[in-house]
Amino acid sequence: MLELKPERLAFDDYQVQEISICGKLFRADMSGALYWPAENALIVADLHLEKGSSYARRGQLLPPYDTRETLNKLAAAIDRYDAATVIALGDSLHDVDAATRIGIEDLEILQIMQEDREWIWVTGNHDPHITERLGGHVVGDIVVEGITLRHEPHVGHMTHEIAGHLHPAAKISMHGYTLRRPCFVGNGRRLVLPAFGSYAGGLNILAEPFAPLFGLEGMQAWLLGQEGLYPVASRLLRED
Amino acid sequence: MPSAAKPASASRSRAKPLTRGRAAASAPKLAKPRTKKAAEAARTAKAAAPTLELPEPFAGWFANRGWTPRPHQLALLESARDRRSSLLIAPTGAGKTLAGFLPSLIDLAAKGRRRGNRAPGLHTLYISPLKALAVDVARNLTQPIAEMSLPIRTETRTGDTSVARKARQRRAPPHILMTTPEQLALLLSHPDSDELFAGLDTVILDEIHALAATKRGDLLALDLARLRAINPDLRTVGLSATVARPTELRAFLVGQKSPQSHIELADLIHVGGGAEPHIEILELDETVPTVGHTSLYAIEEIYKAIEAHRLSLLFVNTRRQAELLFQDLWRNNEKSLPIGLHHGSLDAEQRRRVEAAMASGALRAVVATSTLDLGIDWGDVDLVIHVGAPKGASRFAQRIGRANHRFDEASKAVLVPSNRFEVLECRAAVEAAKAGAQDVTFTRPGALDVLAQHILGVACTGPFNANDLYAEVTSASPYAGLSRATFDRVLGFVADGGYALKNYERFAKLKPTPDGLWRLTHPRFAQAYRMNAGTIVAEPLIKVRLIGKRSASRSTLMGGRVMGEVDEYFIEQLRPGEAFVLAGEVLRFEGMGENEAYVTRATARSPIIPAYNSGKFPLSTHLAERVRAMLADETAWSRLPSSVEDWLRLQQQRSAIPGRDELLIETFQRRNLHYLVTYPFEGRLAHQTLGMLLTRRLDRIGASPLGFVANDYGMALWTLGDLSSLIADGKLSLEELFDQDMLGDDLDAWLAESNLMKRTFRHVALISGLVERRHPGREKSGRQIAVSTNLIYDVLRRHDPHHVLLEATWSDAATGLLDIARLGDFLRRIEGRIQHQPLDRVSPLSVPILLEIGREAVAGFAREELLREAAALYASEQE
Repeated sequence: MLELKPERLAFDDYQVQEISICGKLFRADMSGALYWPAENALIVADLHLEKGSSYARRGQLLPPYDTRETLNKLAAAIDRYDAATVIALGDSLHDVDAATRIGIEDLEILQIMQEDREWIWVTGNHDPHITERLGGHVVGDIVVEGITLRHEPHVGHMTHEIAGHLHPAAKISMHGYTLRRPCFVGNGRRLVLPAFGSYAGGLNILAEPFAPLFGLEGMQAWLLGQEGLYPVASRLLRED
Repeated sequence: MPSAAKPASASRSRAKPLTRGRAAASAPKLAKPRTKKAAEAARTAKAAAPTLELPEPFAGWFANRGWTPRPHQLALLESARDRRSSLLIAPTGAGKTLAGFLPSLIDLAAKGRRRGNRAPGLHTLYISPLKALAVDVARNLTQPIAEMSLPIRTETRTGDTSVARKARQRRAPPHILMTTPEQLALLLSHPDSDELFAGLDTVILDEIHALAATKRGDLLALDLARLRAINPDLRTVGLSATVARPTELRAFLVGQKSPQSHIELADLIHVGGGAEPHIEILELDETVPTVGHTSLYAIEEIYKAIEAHRLSLLFVNTRRQAELLFQDLWRNNEKSLPIGLHHGSLDAEQRRRVEAAMASGALRAVVATSTLDLGIDWGDVDLVIHVGAPKGASRFAQRIGRANHRFDEASKAVLVPSNRFEVLECRAAVEAAKAGAQDVTFTRPGALDVLAQHILGVACTGPFNANDLYAEVTSASPYAGLSRATFDRVLGFVADGGYALKNYERFAKLKPTPDGLWRLTHPRFAQAYRMNAGTIVAEPLIKVRLIGKRSASRSTLMGGRVMGEVDEYFIEQLRPGEAFVLAGEVLRFEGMGENEAYVTRATARSPIIPAYNSGKFPLSTHLAERVRAMLADETAWSRLPSSVEDWLRLQQQRSAIPGRDELLIETFQRRNLHYLVTYPFEGRLAHQTLGMLLTRRLDRIGASPLGFVANDYGMALWTLGDLSSLIADGKLSLEELFDQDMLGDDLDAWLAESNLMKRTFRHVALISGLVERRHPGREKSGRQIAVSTNLIYDVLRRHDPHHVLLEATWSDAATGLLDIARLGDFLRRIEGRIQHQPLDRVSPLSVPILLEIGREAVAGFAREELLREAAALYASEQE
């Protein structure tokens, strides 16, 4: 298979960026989802469903619309690619009781999305168990065409891996303006997806947890904007 | 406690119910009594020549010092005897604070004698906007108490008071407690608060004009309502040095009745006069700079003035200017005069040292921002130097009052304009001061996020009845107009979030009991409330610690002396290695620790100056009117410094001078860009909003606007499209461009995506308790609010656009940040009065505004464009 290098890609249309991992071609979507054309699969990470109600339990009554917002965004991404398989890379639920708190209507949206397609829940540290109520298959990790899809990226040198968990975000400064956005971060051999959940925050990719994954050399970030997904030179990156 | 023998005239008037319409129309006249004329006339006469006499040992104490009680001091005593609340308006130095405390001291002395020195509990609360002021007043009060051997115990309670002492104060309260609105809210949130305050006799509210019509004032008004509910016989005394809005302040002091057919007002005791201030504008032969906010051109003259006086106070408008001026002075300080610096970003310890040095006479000058505005009585200031224009007549009056803090001596003040527009503005300020004019501010309804915080605080004391609480809340004047429906929405928000989607009933913080009371569902919510109450501070602040060069090279930064605090927002913009100025030192930013910024002493000569809080106060409407009138009156120009006069004449030749009620709009080309410059004189905030809306409109008609810049006097925007020809060809109508309808859909559309709304929402979310800054068991700083309020804002706006917190956010932004009311008034005023000047080149008047380009970030720069540019940069590097 032809290995596409980033420099050979077009930059005119920022809505979708092509990313290659160990020679496999992926399309990163501005929503934060990753589409794998060869497998017709859509990969998302860290949905954190019911994060709002998790805070509400402890007295912070955040607006209870985060699950709906996340599911609507996911539905739109699935429709865009008509993916036959959806793989959620862990922390799909914000806590172990989250499934019991999902509202009936939200559950229906999930069930509709699961019709006619394969749905795989990879477990994460927030959701080590996923109840049958949510449908789909539950796995610890999964290897597809030699690529390992797991929740937490393996610490240290590793190739052929797609993971989530870290909620990567990048901060850049230009013309005296600073902005901070969730991002995809990779080096051509492994990739970490941004958190897809509407209440999920971000961790700066220059922060400590990322260093053992990529080192600083060759790390490439694609920032999520309102209208597109933007590859950014690493020298523009700023620490928090 | 200053007081002088010479009596001042005091006029006094009785509170009378009056209709709302009349209150707004003619506030001063309302002071006149309308019924029982004869009796009232007798009372008024008595106030003017009071028959009331001071009891011993007070009379003796006054006599020993050669003092005679002033009429207003006696008037307040009489008012206290009749259990009436009063607003005392008196210039600085009139013995205002003593007047406020005198009735309490006399009452406590009498009670102490009767009860054989047995403590009657908390008698008087003194509330000040600044904790430093509370401490200062406590210090001043100890003197008369000690000299008369009064059996009175006074204490302060601020954020700095130790936990042990606070606990003791609740068990064994002092007779007089000096505190801040936030501490009062905390005291009121304890279940036993009604016992603590049951015997409360008097509440003294100092510098009340600085609190009313702010969110802190809203909180205070609600707490006063609570205190009145505990003890309906409570008496309040408001102290104010400005007469800007007496009706509003008088209403603030007393409970409003429902239904609101009229406003209840406290008595007004107004001490007139004081000596005329001597105000000069520093005018040099040197050319006044076209632009800028520093007074470097006049630094030698300023230094000479300091040398010629005992103690000078140098006021500036922002912390940044304070740091700059302080540096400039020290660079010129050939005689090594002791000159200090005082502003809100400095460490509290450092500020206290400066204050102590001022009081002891060890300093010759202090550079200060508004932290020294309020009536703290430190030292013998004999000159106030105001660097930069004062921006508002009331603030200026207060600041010059700081010189000679003795009532009958004239204050001496020098104004130093830092650019040409400011020369005009300073003139206007001096005229206003001579005329005794004050800015008019408009009442704003009480903030809903503060109400939410208060409702939770009330719930912490025990179950409450919603009808009773509604009646109590609407008795506070800022909330007098609050509808029951809105109250219920805020209550709903506190109870279960108040969302259209009812998901949280089982997590509700408040639930109705079978007997119809609202009860807190878990005591931990009370704990969380107490950790977060009073978070009515604008921006999260980051501590700045100074570390040695060697420790800066270590991987973990730690330790170091605290230099002060700066806005988190400012620190976020810094990169390690960049320099800024704080506490008069050039500091090099090394990095962030957990919640702290670490710095080393920098060697760089040209520091990057912090831009925090720049231009905090916009030009007041009142001064703006005077500036416009001055510009339009050509005969007055000859009295201006020659560089300014020449500048105006040149403007007249090349373009035009804006008429008093006209709006001048200039269009011209410069290099490849086309400019539109206009001069509304409506203040920076209103101009920014105008710029934002105009660029949207110009974008729609294809003029391709690229950016805009605004200052207090005008606004400039630039486009790719040729504005002059678009106007000449009839493709662009300035009348339509400046039509009032821009405040409709355009404003809504812009705000929907604006970062400003997100920042405002963040404050509302914190104050209302939607998100917690601190959570029991986990100390969280502003940086670490668990879920980003930006994310919450986006989700809430999409799914629940009519939620009460979004309403609160909009109302904050409209009044505070956008100045929409002022912009609306402006657009109405200039309708049909636009004067367009197409020019060949830049006009003289536009130069100061155009020079702001690049100095100040162009707001509204599209974030998406930034990302596109970054991506394009990446692409070009890959080729």
